[in-house]
Amino acid sequence: MVEYFYLITVLPLAGFLFNGLFGAKFKNEKITGTIGSLTVFGSFVITVLAYLHITSLPEDSRTIIVPLFNWLSSGSLNIAAAYLVDPLSVTMCLIVTGVGFLIHVYAIGYMHGDKGFARFFAFMNLFIFAMLNLVLGDNLLLMFLGWEGVGLCSYLLIGFFYDKKFTGDAANKAFWMNRIGDFGFMLAMFFIFMTFGTLNFQQIFSTLQSTTIATSTFTVITLLLFLGATGKSAQIPLFVWLPDAMAGPTPVSALIHAATMVTAGVYMIARTSVLFALSPIAMNVVLAVGCLTAFVAATIAIAQNDIKKILAYSTVSQLGFMFMAMGVGAFSTGIFHVTTHAFFKALMFLAAGSVIHGMHNEQDVAKMGGLKDNMKTTFLTFLMGAIVISGIPPFSGFFSKDEILSKLFFSGNYIVFGIALITAFLTAFYVFRLISLTFYGKPRYDETHVHPHESPAIMTIPLIILAVLSVVGGFIGLPHIVGTNLIEHFLNPVFTPALSIIPEHHIVASTEIGLIIASVLAAAISIWLSVRTFKSGEKLDAFSGGYYNFLKDKYRVDELYEAIIVKPLLWLTEQSYKIFDVKVIDGAVNGTAKFFNNLAIDWRKLQTGIVQDYAIFSIAGILAILLYIILR
Amino acid sequence: MVNNILTVLIFSPIVLSIPVLFFRDKEKLIKIYSFIVSAAVFGFSLYVLSLFNSANADFQFVERYQWVKDFNIFYLLGIDGISLLLVLLTAFIFPVTILGVWGSVATRVKEFYFLLLLLEGALLGVFLSLDLILFYVFWELILIPMYFIIGFWGGKNKYYANLKFFLYTMFGSLLMLVAIIWLSNYVTPQLGKFTTDYLELRKVSPYTPQTIQLWLFIFFGLSFVIKVPMFPFHTWLPDAHTEAPTAGSIILAAVLLKMGTYGIIRFSMELFPIMFIKYAWLLAVFGVIGIIYGALVCIAQKDVKKLVAYSSVSHMGFILLGLAALNVEAMQGALIQMVNHGLSTGALFMFVGFLYDRRYTREIADYGGILKVVPIFGSLLLVICLSSIGLPGLNGFIGEFMILIGSFNSALLNNHTYTILGTTGVVLSAVYLLWMYQRVLLGPLDKDINKSIPDLNLRETVASALIIIFIVWIGVYPNTFLSKSEASMKKVIENVETAKRNLLRIP
Repeated sequence: MVEYFYLITVLPLAGFLFNGLFGAKFKNEKITGTIGSLTVFGSFVITVLAYLHITSLPEDSRTIIVPLFNWLSSGSLNIAAAYLVDPLSVTMCLIVTGVGFLIHVYAIGYMHGDKGFARFFAFMNLFIFAMLNLVLGDNLLLMFLGWEGVGLCSYLLIGFFYDKKFTGDAANKAFWMNRIGDFGFMLAMFFIFMTFGTLNFQQIFSTLQSTTIATSTFTVITLLLFLGATGKSAQIPLFVWLPDAMAGPTPVSALIHAATMVTAGVYMIARTSVLFALSPIAMNVVLAVGCLTAFVAATIAIAQNDIKKILAYSTVSQLGFMFMAMGVGAFSTGIFHVTTHAFFKALMFLAAGSVIHGMHNEQDVAKMGGLKDNMKTTFLTFLMGAIVISGIPPFSGFFSKDEILSKLFFSGNYIVFGIALITAFLTAFYVFRLISLTFYGKPRYDETHVHPHESPAIMTIPLIILAVLSVVGGFIGLPHIVGTNLIEHFLNPVFTPALSIIPEHHIVASTEIGLIIASVLAAAISIWLSVRTFKSGEKLDAFSGGYYNFLKDKYRVDELYEAIIVKPLLWLTEQSYKIFDVKVIDGAVNGTAKFFNNLAIDWRKLQTGIVQDYAIFSIAGILAILLYIILR
Repeated sequence: MVNNILTVLIFSPIVLSIPVLFFRDKEKLIKIYSFIVSAAVFGFSLYVLSLFNSANADFQFVERYQWVKDFNIFYLLGIDGISLLLVLLTAFIFPVTILGVWGSVATRVKEFYFLLLLLEGALLGVFLSLDLILFYVFWELILIPMYFIIGFWGGKNKYYANLKFFLYTMFGSLLMLVAIIWLSNYVTPQLGKFTTDYLELRKVSPYTPQTIQLWLFIFFGLSFVIKVPMFPFHTWLPDAHTEAPTAGSIILAAVLLKMGTYGIIRFSMELFPIMFIKYAWLLAVFGVIGIIYGALVCIAQKDVKKLVAYSSVSHMGFILLGLAALNVEAMQGALIQMVNHGLSTGALFMFVGFLYDRRYTREIADYGGILKVVPIFGSLLLVICLSSIGLPGLNGFIGEFMILIGSFNSALLNNHTYTILGTTGVVLSAVYLLWMYQRVLLGPLDKDINKSIPDLNLRETVASALIIIFIVWIGVYPNTFLSKSEASMKKVIENVETAKRNLLRIP
């Protein structure tokens, strides 16, 4: 069995090559779409087999290395291309290939008729390939290959509709922001290689046990890694690219910018959890950044009118929740939220895509309203997603979010817990604002030109499957007071080394029940408030005033970066070129040339061609020599 | 033939260039003939590769003939793992260039291809010479075809650019000639004879007094860093690159610049190891300045060709940093980066040439949105840009990563600041290349004149695909290439370390 695991990544790669090289020639959507989806489905099947294989093994030996080839070796640098199959990577692979497959199927309907159909599927397959390398890589460099690879696919797919300026701008912004994060990732690799002499995860962990290393080293390494995570997972300060990334087609937003790629930062912390656990400072930074991001993004989401931007800020906010979990050492809880979020956020994005599709590419909720009768399946599945994200029991979002809240509380971070609870309240509020404005009230669009319609089955069936998963997905992670937490049990062997370092927090059952009641109440009140305010569709804004405009303008972070980074950088480049290169260096070069040229021009005047002049020079020369001899 | 295999390699393009002059004006024949000759040379270089023993760190296929008897100057050739990769790069780039630029030279066709083949022979000579005078002869021989290529087929500002290129490099190489004579003369007592045999000189040269060594090191070094070009001696490059015809720019970027970095490894390091150890930090400082400064200047460019030219300054900065680190990882990275830069920057110039031949402008602002009409051009150019940006899985990343991780852990530099600053180049290269890509290819196709730009034809596609094969190959399985030079590179480092140890023992 193990010898076939490499097919998990090879199949999507084959799909990419096929569609990339020949897709444009065939111009056959059926072949392209089928190959694109089936290759991902094939990886999903093999991943399931891999899952069954490792669950059949004893709990403490569920780690399999699949060696491929020797990638890079020189001197002390020896990096293999090898896959690490363990509960963590298998969980991630199941999400990537499973949700990925559903989104591919959906995209067959969504992208129908687009002239870049083959290109789209080629890039999507390439993305799956890169993402699987990211989660399966058994060393940091292979992970980085996937890390940059998904960044590339994100760039290509954000800029998919390349004949518009804003898509190109958004794609570049995403790539550049990610590159800033990757700068941190690369430096972290250098530090790790210096400290451990290897980039292989298992060797790093075994070295840890035999040597003592200063805490400050871990702090440096993990903070640099976290810089990488803030880029990829859109956290403060590098979060501004994600909302712009919505310029890409909606299946891309669902797959890359909600379900999978943006959670790579969370996965990376999970994979290197030991290193993070050894640096309390870094853990606190992760917690603080996650908390701040979750809150800030949720407040922005309230004031947005673009259906996809609301969901994008929602994603940023939910990622913040995941980082909060990581920050208190609740690694399996974080991955649990990655899983449930993949279900319900992919669902909501695809449902939003269905709305946009039915509304002839309208994305502004201010120009929607009353769609619930026109598109029933979309409405019901979207509503389901909204209920799930709000944290209503017994649906998946409730279990994972509530567990994060409980872990925050019991680790003693009461302020963070408080902010997280408020954020959960805001989440339900903005998401039901979205639902109300889109599906309830009177139509606010031009009914003579726009005729909303339900999407074809190829799009609604994935929606239904995802809705079912969002509803039942939570049962893999029941709270301890209710039953066994399957996913935690499954993942924990991976985190044992890290968890042995972090102090364990005692969970008080009665307090936990209180917390659950509090969070459910918060969600319920919030939904009620939101629906009451926006249901009629007469009111679009929750409130007004200066602060609201500030939220509408997304805290003007883009403008801030423009002023303090982009403009000075452009100024510097201009100065470097126009002043330093042209005037200073070339000035010196040309000046030297000019000096000799002028010298030549002056001295040339001595060459008059008149014999008498030369005679005078000769006599002067002889006199000079004589004078020298006499005076010596 | 095995005995004179290197001579055959160097002189086949030179000798076979002569018939071109008798082809009169049969342009097509000239091109096909030149392509076949250069392809055959590449084939022959592969034959050399097949005979090469990569476990042997020493020079192989050494040929030695007395040249100037009284001064013990030899016609001395040899190849090791380091020169092997550069020879292969040279032999590969020429046929690809000829294929790629097929129609872009319209006047004095036979002279152009004659000079091109002559240039190829001279370049191979530079990488294979083991006698300093012979090396110097080939080094200077490069200037002649290059001067005419820029002078005859160059752009508007070619006279200024050509003079600048010529004087700049001439200034450096004259200092090198002085140093060669000085060194050979100085060590005559130790060797018992005057000789310019590199294999002899490197035994005694490290032990010359440091005051003299410093001057020799500076003279050799200046000549090399001008060629690289290292900041602040780089201003000849954008002018020469921009004015040269496409083929000239490709060869200049892909191979000529490597003469400088090759010279540093072969001569500066091995002849003057103690000076190298003392001043490696300076090389690293200027390398890092080059990385950042070159990238910043790139962002400000409005001319595509100039942008690519300045990107060379940035990329060559990485190589200098790698050499200054003096450990296997970084130096192997620097060597593979020389090959990478040759492939990706060579390809970038080729693509600028494709564009120029279609629209006769290099201004970025004259384009925009042309991906719609030239999808093949756009897709292939993206791969090449990504290779230059250093995307993992493609060649550029391997070189940059090895250089950076090596210099980070370098005992010689012993300072992380170089690497940390150098790594910002990774961010900046994405900025200038993707921004250029966006402004040229993406966005609305709003200029009518651009709507009729034809896409790449089969010949051009094949030429670019050949380069891309190696871009991917080195990115996915660099060991094919790294293993060839590993032994020789270790030997160079070992020689430097040995000299250092011996010198420390002598008070």
